[in-house]
Amino acid sequence: MLQDGLRGALNQSALEPAGPQAAKVTHLWWFALAIATTVYLLTMGALWWAAHRARQRELRGEAAVGPEAEQGMTRGVTYSIAATIVILLIFLVTDLSVGRTLSPVPSKHPLTIELTGHQWWWEVTYADTSPHGRFTTANEIHVPVGEPVLFVLQAQDVIHSFWVPNLAGKKDLIPGYTQSMWFQADTAGLYRGQCAEFCGLQHAKMALHVVAESKADYQRWVDQQRGTAAIPTDSAARRGREIFLTGTCAMCHSIEGTSAGSHAGPDLTHLASRRTIAAGTLPNTRGALGGWVVDPQRIKPGVRMPPNMLKPQDLDALLTYLQSLK
Amino acid sequence: VSETIAAAPTVDPNGPYEAEIAELTRTYHSDAGRFWGWVTSVDHKSIGKRYIATCFVFFILAGLNAGVMRMQLARPENHIVGPDRYNQLFTVHGTAMMFLFAVPVMTAMATYLVPLMVGTKEVAYPRLNAFGYWTFLIGGLFLFAGLYSNTGPDTGWFAYTPLSGPEYAAGKRVDVWAQVVTFTEIAGLVAAVEMIVTIFKMRAPGMSLNRIPLYVWSILVVSFMIVFAMPSVAMASTMMLAMDRLVATHFFNRAEGGDPLLWQHLFWFFGHPEVYIMFIPGLGFVSAIIETFTKRKIFAYPVMVLALFVTGFVAFGLWVHHMFATPVPQLGRSLFTAASVLIAIPTGAQIFCWIATIWAGRPRYTTSMMFALGFIVVFTIGGMTGVMIASVPFDLQVHDTYFIVAHFHYVILGGVLFPLFGACYLYFPKITGRMMSETLGKWNFWLFFVGVNVTFFPMHLLGLDGMPRRVYTYLPEMGWGKLNLIATFGAVIIVSSVAVFLWNVISSWRGGAIAGPNPWGAPGLEWATSSPPPPWNFHPVPVVEGRAPLWEAGEELPVATGLATDRREVLITTALDAIPDNRHEHPGESHWPLVMAIAVGVTFIGAVWTPWAYVVGFAMSAVAFGGWGWPRGEHPADQVTDGVLPRSEAR
Repeated sequence: MLQDGLRGALNQSALEPAGPQAAKVTHLWWFALAIATTVYLLTMGALWWAAHRARQRELRGEAAVGPEAEQGMTRGVTYSIAATIVILLIFLVTDLSVGRTLSPVPSKHPLTIELTGHQWWWEVTYADTSPHGRFTTANEIHVPVGEPVLFVLQAQDVIHSFWVPNLAGKKDLIPGYTQSMWFQADTAGLYRGQCAEFCGLQHAKMALHVVAESKADYQRWVDQQRGTAAIPTDSAARRGREIFLTGTCAMCHSIEGTSAGSHAGPDLTHLASRRTIAAGTLPNTRGALGGWVVDPQRIKPGVRMPPNMLKPQDLDALLTYLQSLK
Repeated sequence: VSETIAAAPTVDPNGPYEAEIAELTRTYHSDAGRFWGWVTSVDHKSIGKRYIATCFVFFILAGLNAGVMRMQLARPENHIVGPDRYNQLFTVHGTAMMFLFAVPVMTAMATYLVPLMVGTKEVAYPRLNAFGYWTFLIGGLFLFAGLYSNTGPDTGWFAYTPLSGPEYAAGKRVDVWAQVVTFTEIAGLVAAVEMIVTIFKMRAPGMSLNRIPLYVWSILVVSFMIVFAMPSVAMASTMMLAMDRLVATHFFNRAEGGDPLLWQHLFWFFGHPEVYIMFIPGLGFVSAIIETFTKRKIFAYPVMVLALFVTGFVAFGLWVHHMFATPVPQLGRSLFTAASVLIAIPTGAQIFCWIATIWAGRPRYTTSMMFALGFIVVFTIGGMTGVMIASVPFDLQVHDTYFIVAHFHYVILGGVLFPLFGACYLYFPKITGRMMSETLGKWNFWLFFVGVNVTFFPMHLLGLDGMPRRVYTYLPEMGWGKLNLIATFGAVIIVSSVAVFLWNVISSWRGGAIAGPNPWGAPGLEWATSSPPPPWNFHPVPVVEGRAPLWEAGEELPVATGLATDRREVLITTALDAIPDNRHEHPGESHWPLVMAIAVGVTFIGAVWTPWAYVVGFAMSAVAFGGWGWPRGEHPADQVTDGVLPRSEAR
């Protein structure tokens, strides 16, 4: 196909489906592309042929077409319009039937995830019937392979749109509305998605990752996420914890098991287990985290997080603590 | 079926009407100086010219925005502009291209051409026409003044609430947007009303409905569309959004019982027909060009006219396809999908008819004709992707991605700019009296054709590979760099094409070959008068006996006499059969339209800062109304309402 030289990252592509939803749409796309290309080439061929015939007639010095040709022209145009209608109806029926097979969730009690859009990050809460079962994370969604996952979508501020192209089409998160959608990942892997509805200054840097993994891996992850943050044992991390809880951090972030309980920013209980920070903008390394804590405005201008003027040793301690939040 | 007519007849200004023409010259002469005469002019040609020029200036400014955006996106993590500037750039690009270029430039061309094409002396409501232009100008300048003073709107040309609401868009940026929309809606609405009345009541005797040129039909259809579509956005932006922001109403605030989706419905109820409002006149231009350069009447005229009307109607049943990712019930989605798919039929029918016309005709590949053919080649791609994204599942993958950016640029550049450039080459001789350079024209065409495809084709793939719209940058690992660089390179080609066009306009205006009344041997009435036409367009007015008057008339075009020449009198004809019905005196130069436009400007611009602007503006417009409506005095002959047109045997 269109070779990789020009292709983008394949983990954010509608042409590389990893689940039944995206796969059906990909098939629909190739079907539509084939029809469209055929119709287009036929139309352009007709245009070229018409111009060519007219030219030949002129070169041969023939008179312009007389009224007797009108009948042929009428027939040609009528057939073309009829063919257009038939092709469009075929496309319409295919499309509506694909649309219908995609809509219902194929499971009575699917795994349910509440996804809330914020400027400019994603709050991810795993629903559970028991309060101990619920847990919240941000910007990274783990799902078990081969199982349909239902998303309950809401927005906190403005409209956002949830879209992981390898898995399914998008759905808007609208303040005051609750929408739902589902997808299923059939292939294990890391899929990227990003906000698709313009939501202000940092719309460009509002990404998330979906980690599709085996049931066992997924269950391990869930068990870990359900735990609270342990009190660190080494002194640097302990110092960092104190800075976190007594400084500005705790005004917006929460860490389960501590007194930090604000939900204005992402939940950091298991920050160190996540692959990226700042909604998919930076890799979750010590250096990137440090740069982010000190001056987030340089990396994501307009982001709600203020700069933090920390003494070098305090920053170091804080980073040690944050990195201990596995 | 008409054969080629070698020499098309024209109304000879030095014929037996010399004395009347001399008197008309006095009647249409303005005593004001050159500048003041220009300011107070109500001549549709003078207004039309400045309207077209103004639109092209806005086109270039909005295009420069796109240039900066393409530079920024040429490579990942670029730092030419930051997110704040970038958001203003794309919002103003979209707003200006839609509200200050694509729609109004078609209005502007119609303002110039329609009265000539229907064979009348003036546009209906000439002062309203002047008012529309000044309002448009003030609105357009306000938008760019906002942008250049870092107060450019930054929430997208669609300004979705709540992002554009008082809570998330503090400052005056969105207010600028809301008011600019209102200015342009007023200008659009008055132009639509003028066009409807001109086309229905001022056609040359004998131009019954089945003889109206296809371009004029297209303008009639979009004028009705404007009348129905624009109030929706005018109400939403001026009243509801501006009031939410200025006086704390809660139309779009869910927490207080409002609804953010209401905005989307009101906006797209206008926004989707807007697409067709832009390119239906383009279809009209393509018909005019193909007719002229194949020397053959467009095949299947009734089909062509019906296709325009069907497109105009169905265009109002598509708006929800912009909202498939919002809560819309399944049945509703299916309905809007079906409408979005089926609207391809009338446009397809028109393309087949053009191909048939070319087949049967004698095509001459002038620059104008090349642009018409380029339209078919480029626009059809946009049409194909348009049918694809009517599909809900597919749309949900590509909605708000670069696939859509590619799609609508193919539609708009293909459907608006190709026909518009073609029309410029076709009508430039009429407007200026001089021919444009064909050599530069071919450069203009090929650079544009290549540039458009190089810029926008790669965007289809970018969208499928996950690149969302309206992002000011992207990460290197996303792998979108190469295709974006290619697109930026294409944008450079487009810029060079537009530069060639501008150079062609300037150099041809100064030193192009003299055109004469009908350089192309075209069939329409606009070619029956001198180039450029006199202020009164025609005297005596032509009489129409067929669909291609200049090809069908023999040696001389039949005319109707009897209109007074000591005042600006126009002929009113019946709506269906264009039988002479009445004579109507039109007003002369007036500064009141400008005063009224300034009153409107003070009101809307002032209202960005204070509601008191409405009080001041109301007082100012009351004065302007008074001046505008002041009695002009009566001519005794006005009592006669039955037209006396001895030589006209209409029909």
